[in-house]
Amino acid sequence: MKLYNGGKIITGLVIFLGIFLAPLAYNAGKAAYTQPKLKMPENEKECIESKEFMRTKHMQLLDQWRDWALRGEGQRFYVNSKGKQFEMSLQKTCMKCHTNKAEFCDKCHNDASVTPYCWDCHIQPEGLKK
Amino acid sequence: MKAIYSLILVLALVVIATLGAGAAKMQTIFAYCVPGTAFAIFVIGFVAKVIGWAKRPVPFRIPTTGGQQQSLDWIVQNKWDNPSTGPQTAMRMLLEVLTFRSLFRNTKVLLKHDDGKNPIVAYVSAKWLWLFALLFHYSFLVIVVRHMRLFLQPVPQFIVAVEFVDSVLQIYTPIVYQTNLLILAGAGFLLARRLLDAKLRYISLVNDYFPLILILSIALSGMYMRYIAKVDVMAIKDVVMGLTTFKFKAVPASIDVSFFVHISLVSTLLAYFPFSKLMHFGGVFLSPTRNLPNDTRMHHHENPWNNPDIKPHSYEAYEDEFREPMFEAGLPLEKTPEEAA
Repeated sequence: MKLYNGGKIITGLVIFLGIFLAPLAYNAGKAAYTQPKLKMPENEKECIESKEFMRTKHMQLLDQWRDWALRGEGQRFYVNSKGKQFEMSLQKTCMKCHTNKAEFCDKCHNDASVTPYCWDCHIQPEGLKK
Repeated sequence: MKAIYSLILVLALVVIATLGAGAAKMQTIFAYCVPGTAFAIFVIGFVAKVIGWAKRPVPFRIPTTGGQQQSLDWIVQNKWDNPSTGPQTAMRMLLEVLTFRSLFRNTKVLLKHDDGKNPIVAYVSAKWLWLFALLFHYSFLVIVVRHMRLFLQPVPQFIVAVEFVDSVLQIYTPIVYQTNLLILAGAGFLLARRLLDAKLRYISLVNDYFPLILILSIALSGMYMRYIAKVDVMAIKDVVMGLTTFKFKAVPASIDVSFFVHISLVSTLLAYFPFSKLMHFGGVFLSPTRNLPNDTRMHHHENPWNNPDIKPHSYEAYEDEFREPMFEAGLPLEKTPEEAA
């Protein structure tokens, strides 16, 4: 087997393999990935909506809360699927139980490389400073 | 019709993934086996294809490229269009690969009329293909790079930065990535020009439509996951990390079926890649009109096909061989038989 311009072409292929196999090399030797363990509130067992809903749609809920409370008719109370009423407030409602941002919000957001802009306006809670 | 065949093929893939991972409960196969195999086919197929190309000899240089070649000192050479040295050729390759200069030269034929209403064939510049091809390719690149957030742990700062720039407009929740819209515009245009331009439609084949529709479906299924289904990203990272660390676990039940559709379409693209026109990804680097310097007047290029047993045969030797018959036929000779004797 003879390759023409073999040196250059093999160099190119090595670069190709280097780039495409980099994720495998980056993770090589590391322990199996597990989803982060969140620090759950101690005195409250149920969130505003179901765990499944909060897992995938909390950003949508927060977005709606902001719009309803600040950009709509100043509606400040949210009635959940069970008929229970909550004040629409990130700091007074959500952060009352989930007190520590670093132990709760950031855990998943860091792993999923999500940077929500909540804290552009809200006062940064204690957990962020750690 | 060919576009419809391609559409049906892609829809069939969607149905297979939906039924397979949804109704038939074969999540493990669709989450691990299919993408793993497809990636192996992609990498091995890609390398094999390029090695196959490397075995093909290049019979001669192809110097007929745009721009003034290197000539007399007082004639300005167009170094990037008609390079004569290695670095100049590297510059031409770089510009071709990164900015698609060949597409920038795209022209369109028009039939115009002069004042006397006589028809004139005109060639005018057509930059749309270049613009949308750039949008499409760079969006695709950014999308692949930012998907690495699901493949790497911890997520490198570079990936976070790409994410930030791509979602910098902060529109909608979850935030819309600009590249999502740009890739739809880019691929949409590339598909529309094949469908709407009669000349292009005539030369378009299933293997032109299929990758376009496949990539559009991948983009749409990804956007569906993010903006409509709002899939459980952490569970998906769990599965994807299982793939990249080879530590497979049971697929979490919370993963929406749209993830399996998306990953099946991507797997199809990966497995199809080495056997399709998409190999221009590797092929652009081996384009003879782009990567060969125009140095035919400086270096002798030996055609690798030449049979070494066939020796050069000069005119003098030819005349020596046929002098008598040529003389009898009255053909002009360098040396007459008397002079040669």
